[in-house]
Amino acid sequence: MVDQSAVGRTFTPVTARVEPGRLRYFFNTLGETSPVYREEGAARAEGFAAIPVPPTYLFCLEMMDNDKPFEFLKMLDIDLARVLHGEQSFIYHAPIVVGDTLTFRSRVVSVTDKKGGAMTLIVVQTAVSNQHGAHVADTARTIAVRNEVAA
Amino acid sequence: MSGNNPAVGDRIVHKTFPPITRHTLALYCGASGDHNPIHVDIDFAKAAGFPDVFTHGMLVMGYLGQALTDAIAPSRIRAFSTRFAAITQLGAQLTCEGHVAELLENKGERCARLALTTKDEKGEIKLAGEAIIVL
Repeated sequence: MVDQSAVGRTFTPVTARVEPGRLRYFFNTLGETSPVYREEGAARAEGFAAIPVPPTYLFCLEMMDNDKPFEFLKMLDIDLARVLHGEQSFIYHAPIVVGDTLTFRSRVVSVTDKKGGAMTLIVVQTAVSNQHGAHVADTARTIAVRNEVAA
Repeated sequence: MSGNNPAVGDRIVHKTFPPITRHTLALYCGASGDHNPIHVDIDFAKAAGFPDVFTHGMLVMGYLGQALTDAIAPSRIRAFSTRFAAITQLGAQLTCEGHVAELLENKGERCARLALTTKDEKGEIKLAGEAIIVL
């Protein structure tokens, strides 16, 4: 079971490039057809330097370019089968577009037991910077760990 | 968004998506980098205590993000967050909605806080969230 000693723990930074082909595959999967995401000219008309990433894509980039996408679960000794996503937030400070290279730096900010220890909520915050060193976004995820598997 | 002066209570986000299939989940694994087998491997899901595979929460949030940017230009979105209220089953037909909950100032910009929901075809809430947008 994860305890308070995990708070403050940091993980190996992840560097990810926003690649156009992978981003197109994401849009195809979700059925996204908006011109701002599909046509460079439409993106520029909206004031972007290139096609922008959609609101949730930062979460994907951090996993896709991670050598070990579930590293933080392993480091905290959490079984993948017992994990549910509880909450997710994004704060956007500056545009993020195709061709950018982002660095994700994550740390555990809280560990809270719920339901008499049947569940533990772990909050991980991530600061995202781009190739120019600009702080472009902050994300936070809450992971719910089921400490007792249903029979 | 029609005009830059929405009132509290206005519904400015509304979109319904096709039913979620096993194929969608397989594609989303590759599209997202989230290869947790609980979303594609029924044997793994059963061993973990679930009756079947179920949808990635971030796929559901991805749909809500799409509904949001259909209504609001991506450059106007300052923050976006959700709570995953319930597991989304295979076949779910999701409807995303957003209402203006509050008008506010945020770092010198005129903004609105939107209250967002994603429900399945039975009306069960899957995501409850909010966004801060610039007007």
